[in-house]
Amino acid sequence: MFYSPFIRKPISVSQIMLRVMLALIPAIGAYLYYFGPIILVSLTLASITAVATEAAMLKLRKRPVAPFLQDNSALLTAWLIALSIPALAPWWLVVVGTVFAIVIAKQLYGGLGNNPFNPAMIAYAVLIISFPTHMTHWLTPAMLVHADLGFAGQLAYMFGDVLPQNMTLDAVTMATPLDTLKTQLHLGTAISSIFGQPIFGALAGHGSEMVAVGFLVGGVYLWATSIISWHLPVAYLGTLFMIASIFNAIDPAHYAPPLFHLFSGAAMMGAFFILTDPVTSPTTHKGKLIFAAGAAFLTYVIRVFGGFPDGMAFATLLMNICVPLIDLYTQPKVFGKKEQAR
Amino acid sequence: MTQLYHFHGGVHPPTHKNQSTRSPIATPPLPSKLVIPFHQHVGSMAKPLVQAGDYVFKGQLIGMPEDGLSSAIHASTSGTITEIGMQVVAHASGLPDLCATLIPDGNEAWIERERHNPITLPIDEIRHILRLAGIVGLGGAVFPSDAKLRGGKHHVRTIVLNGAECEPYITCDDMLMRQRARDIVRGGDIIRRVLGADEVLIGIEDNKPQAIAMMQEACVDRSSMRVIAVPTLYPGGGAKQLIRVLTGIEVAAGVRSTDKGVQCFNVATAYSIYRAVAFSEPLLSRIVTVTGNVQKPQNFEVLIGTPVDELVAWAGGKPDTTHHIMGGPMMGVALPNDQVSVVKACNCIIAASDALFPPAPPAMPCIRCTRCAEVCPQELQPQDLYWFAKSKNFGKAQEFHLFDCIECGACSYVCPSHIPLVQYYRFAKSEIWARDNDKKAADQARERHEFREYRIEREKQEKADKLAAKEKAALAAKQAAPVSDDAQQKIQAAMALAKQQAITPKNVSDLTPQQQAEIADIEARRANSQARAQSDAGT
Repeated sequence: MFYSPFIRKPISVSQIMLRVMLALIPAIGAYLYYFGPIILVSLTLASITAVATEAAMLKLRKRPVAPFLQDNSALLTAWLIALSIPALAPWWLVVVGTVFAIVIAKQLYGGLGNNPFNPAMIAYAVLIISFPTHMTHWLTPAMLVHADLGFAGQLAYMFGDVLPQNMTLDAVTMATPLDTLKTQLHLGTAISSIFGQPIFGALAGHGSEMVAVGFLVGGVYLWATSIISWHLPVAYLGTLFMIASIFNAIDPAHYAPPLFHLFSGAAMMGAFFILTDPVTSPTTHKGKLIFAAGAAFLTYVIRVFGGFPDGMAFATLLMNICVPLIDLYTQPKVFGKKEQAR
Repeated sequence: MTQLYHFHGGVHPPTHKNQSTRSPIATPPLPSKLVIPFHQHVGSMAKPLVQAGDYVFKGQLIGMPEDGLSSAIHASTSGTITEIGMQVVAHASGLPDLCATLIPDGNEAWIERERHNPITLPIDEIRHILRLAGIVGLGGAVFPSDAKLRGGKHHVRTIVLNGAECEPYITCDDMLMRQRARDIVRGGDIIRRVLGADEVLIGIEDNKPQAIAMMQEACVDRSSMRVIAVPTLYPGGGAKQLIRVLTGIEVAAGVRSTDKGVQCFNVATAYSIYRAVAFSEPLLSRIVTVTGNVQKPQNFEVLIGTPVDELVAWAGGKPDTTHHIMGGPMMGVALPNDQVSVVKACNCIIAASDALFPPAPPAMPCIRCTRCAEVCPQELQPQDLYWFAKSKNFGKAQEFHLFDCIECGACSYVCPSHIPLVQYYRFAKSEIWARDNDKKAADQARERHEFREYRIEREKQEKADKLAAKEKAALAAKQAAPVSDDAQQKIQAAMALAKQQAITPKNVSDLTPQQQAEIADIEARRANSQARAQSDAGT
């Protein structure tokens, strides 16, 4: 080492990724509590797939395998994929998503640091377009379960595609609160009576709202330890809250209250764990605010007026496209050159 | 309390300053030899005044400053010059430079010195003394102080004395302030007087309470001078950053701080200015922190030209030292070897070992996390500059303010991908400079070529003019000579001959006085036109 600086802060990409994974633990805990241990199976499956795919791709691309595997970025992508698709799904669903994320969305663009799109959201988008039915089989939270499949039963379905006799998939899964809201609104039901249904909890859906709280807790930890800055989550959640408030104020019978939007679907996870992916988000403070506000706007539009129940993934990907442009037009003024530029 | 301003970013590397402040500044014995480079400052190299074999006194001028930006070089002690030649010097380039080798005779025999009263000495005289005393900025920039004391178009309101010393390990300014506060303050008086400034602000990082106390005590009777404790934050000792913190003024890259009414001097420079003006002591020594992988880290008053290996030996250099760093660990340079000598820019020598400075892990790709942008004191976007430098997109790099980078190293320090960012910026800068030089050279060549073309064209034109004038003269002669066929034939024959030989016709023997007068008139006109052509050529 013959060039200054000769000292470095003890921090690495691998540690940063690990911290982010650590911050996912509250949400995973909530998931475990409300939906059972099957999430651990899909997390493991996604992790193994991601690491194996990453290693194979690095080998094919003639890149050093060990240092890049140790950066933990593939593992983090795997966890985010596992958390964004239904846990009770055939094993190949999570495998297809993860392989697509690692091979197409990440490695073919040049690997870590070079992908323009968030790999986990690419995986989600591919799966929801290719296998829409499988992507709706969200587990019913424990307190609402009428027919318990049991962990063995879940595994049997996951790996063998078999369900016990006299049990249907509809008995153990349900539509998400966002989905339910959309369908019921189409049927002409007013929001007040929709929210009276048992799947809705205090903030949004029973169980899923607590997973969202888990993401919020983990996100605050990331902010407190300076892994992420406040700009992206605050701008995203703030904008989503504002837009939802406006529509809700205009017509409360047809537009859900703002907190429902914040704690439903992937909003909380996206605000702290998806948008904050540094590779695919803007680098300037102003750019981050614009990016996140745009993503919030698109999320709301897709949720409320679009064809999909949730819009986080598409909103993220659409905003990912704009990142270079946003960065270019939000360059901050440098030291000593602030007053002259008017 | 003074209002302090804030600069963007900054980092808090471990300071490691305590180990070298336990004992006072020591004066080591005379080294076995001194190798004194003639180019230790910004500007032109000093012109050698001595030859091998010359005896020199301590403080004798051995390198004369060239015209313009330059500074003087002196014999740091008395002895014999044994060699004037190229030697590797302590500089980032690692290239050899012209040096004088001086073998001390041990007598420390001084040249004659005078004492001056800095309060009454004419200001021009002060600048002259400083120039010939070889006083340059001792914070590391080694800019000739006399040039900085010339002021500018604008009135300099504030003098900033920089005692921040933000780099880890370095304590030479700290110890100087603790032990020689009074002379620093007197140097501040001289600077203030020369520039006609209203106030002197002495900025010291708040991790040096003893230095702050001593400096406060030293300037307690001066209403125009204040010691201000500034937050410990690297690179708070950078001139731009300290000026910002103390005055709120931001001096952009390429702008002189005097244009904003501020001028900044290192405290050690102020000390040397006072010693030079009051006691005619040229810059023969400086305080150097010797620390790192040594048994007894300490500050020494080191003669300029002392070999680094001898200096480190006095502090007890440990055997597992791999190399030496001149300056601090953030901005210092690795010395090419330990035989190079201490120069005016050398504030600190760190003996490095793998244990102290472990090699950087392999660089990973940039993940655009912007930790670098968060700490950049110049408010740049280091991740973008890295991208442009790496892809050799130098135009874009300049557009993104590459040359505003002060190479403080804060970005590299925090980079989780361990990318040597500053190295990329240095590379980009040197490539741009090289291309700029190439372009200048090409422009010059083109200009030369174009001038040559113009000159050839002009000479052709002159020849044509001359010829036209000649023909006109001949025609006039012909018309004015109705004398006889014989005469006309003679003239024609002579003209033909003249054309052949390309000389002026001289056959004016048998012409009438009238003809002669006409010819004389034509001749005069031709001479006139020739003179005009020549004067055109001259312009």
